Amino acid sequence: MAQNGGRLRLLAFESETVADIAAKPARRPGFHRSRGARLLVGLAGFIVSVLITFLGLLAITFFIGRLVPIDPVLAVVGDRAPRAVYEAARLQMGLDQPVPIQFIRYVASVLSGDLGTSVSTGKLVLDDLKRVFPATLEMATLGIIIGVLLGVPMGVYAASRRGSLVDQIIRVIGLLGYAVPAFWLGLVGLAVFYARLKWVAGPGRLDIFYDGLIDPVTGIVLIDSLLAGETDIFFNALWHLALPASVLGFFSLAYIARMTRSFMLDQLSQEYVTTARVKGVSERLVIWRHAFRPILVPLITVIGLSYAGLLEGSVMIETIFSWPGIGNYLTVALLNADMSAVLGATLVIGAVFIGINKISDVLYRVLDPRAR
Amino acid sequence: MSAPLLEIENLRVSFPTQKGIIDVVRGVSFTLGRERLGIVGESGSGKSMTGRAILKLIRAPGTIRADTFRFDGIDLLKQTEKAMRRIRGARISMVMQDPKFSLNPVMTVGEQIAEALQTHQRLSRRETQKRVLTMLEAVRIDDPERVAGLYPHEISGGMGQRVMIAMMLIPEPDLLIADEPTSALDVSVQAQVLDIIDEQVRRKGMGLIFISHDLNLVSSYCDRILVMNTGEIVEECQAGELRNAVHPYTRGLIAAIPRLDETRDELPVLDRSAWVAK
Repeated sequence: MAQNGGRLRLLAFESETVADIAAKPARRPGFHRSRGARLLVGLAGFIVSVLITFLGLLAITFFIGRLVPIDPVLAVVGDRAPRAVYEAARLQMGLDQPVPIQFIRYVASVLSGDLGTSVSTGKLVLDDLKRVFPATLEMATLGIIIGVLLGVPMGVYAASRRGSLVDQIIRVIGLLGYAVPAFWLGLVGLAVFYARLKWVAGPGRLDIFYDGLIDPVTGIVLIDSLLAGETDIFFNALWHLALPASVLGFFSLAYIARMTRSFMLDQLSQEYVTTARVKGVSERLVIWRHAFRPILVPLITVIGLSYAGLLEGSVMIETIFSWPGIGNYLTVALLNADMSAVLGATLVIGAVFIGINKISDVLYRVLDPRAR
Repeated sequence: MSAPLLEIENLRVSFPTQKGIIDVVRGVSFTLGRERLGIVGESGSGKSMTGRAILKLIRAPGTIRADTFRFDGIDLLKQTEKAMRRIRGARISMVMQDPKFSLNPVMTVGEQIAEALQTHQRLSRRETQKRVLTMLEAVRIDDPERVAGLYPHEISGGMGQRVMIAMMLIPEPDLLIADEPTSALDVSVQAQVLDIIDEQVRRKGMGLIFISHDLNLVSSYCDRILVMNTGEIVEECQAGELRNAVHPYTRGLIAAIPRLDETRDELPVLDRSAWVAK
């Protein structure tokens, strides 16, 4: 957590410096620019900072990809290919060029939207990602919604009734979230709620007879089915999502509740909370207005990181629930030395992290007057 | 003095610890009219705990006990938490020590002052706004409309403390407890803040309990002084008669105050054996 928090703050810091440099002339006395112009400069700084971070991400993924002791040519032609075929493939893949040239070519192709072709699926990596990422997005979003809607109130409640039975129970739930392995919870969940009680659907995104009935528009079945007006499919998808999303939700709930509780305990011992009590403010308002509002900023960091973690795709959960998500895709690609797919998926995950960091950044400024 | 506003007899505040129950206030008794009472003492003498006990803001597991604990005829010990909330702010209020920590960082000054008023009175938005601005003016804030829209980190410490005073006085309480209201401020603004408290207290005829560790300050702003040490009142006297104090602790404190015209090379150190042995 501490590390992740550091990373997030580092990114926030970076964006500020870039924005500062860009915005400096506007602040110098004598320059009287309009508010709109300043906003534009700020926006430009923001975009530049995103681009720089993204370029750094590209460089790291690319060089890690080149440093891994895997021969991408062998992955394509197989180890029994004649020398001439091997050489031809190597030339075609541009691997005879010096590494810096390869990097520039790679950046150029990524910028033009070409992530290469996957060796294992034989399709364009971009198309693969368009298929697998929405599946993960759908599950992770539902998971984080469950985590936030239950975790935050649980944490607040536990902190306000510190030491009570409810507090103890919430703390145990929090500990379970850390201690229970995802695959175990997934399997037990399937055994109980699917096999025994039949409350939820089994693995997969849809029942087999619904498969392929609707055109993927967003790739998110819940949305696509509604767009197509197929409520049957919508509820079937929801039925399938319920268990894996709940399992993911449980893990983020445990983490969010734990963090919320400790943030709130810290807040409740602050002087301004006492000030509010001195004023005669009701306990409910003391908790939600005076103690909870200031923790929104750290809480957003926690929720953001938790969501980003879920969007990386949980390999365990995706495997157990046969979920065609990005975690699964990345693992299969790695095992097959399918470097284009690995780089592509890593890029998407990195971009998600950058995106969530930037959104948190903006939210900080909205929520904390000291950060404006 | 009129009928007593506050009657306290044998007040005890205790906290359970691993070594057993510790009394931080041990049998404090005093009565207070609409006057200015100073409580002085060193850190840990129980003066702040006495102040918080009057508002019943001692958090569990701390407990408050007393033989008599009456405010304006109301037995505070018998009041429920809900009834106490109607007394807090509206009838007894408290100015806290450091505005850096005691003002909510994410609410504007105006919102916080308005909240103190709205908690106890139903007023229209415009009326509230007007009262807040008038109150800010009363604590000598020049540009109240601008200041009301600022956040606590945007104002100075002295201004913050004046905002605090405004917030605590806007519901027009009968008793104001000022818990080290100037300890966190520069000497240059201390006098101003105290003058404002003094002016408001006099004008509205409130009772004031001024808690401080500064003997000089207390003797110049209060009518009567209580000196506390290790949870007990060791000395009670009129402000003007502080020089005639009899308890060795008070005498020691007075002796340790430096004077401008003195020629002592070294200030005496408190000799605790004089009273602790008793």
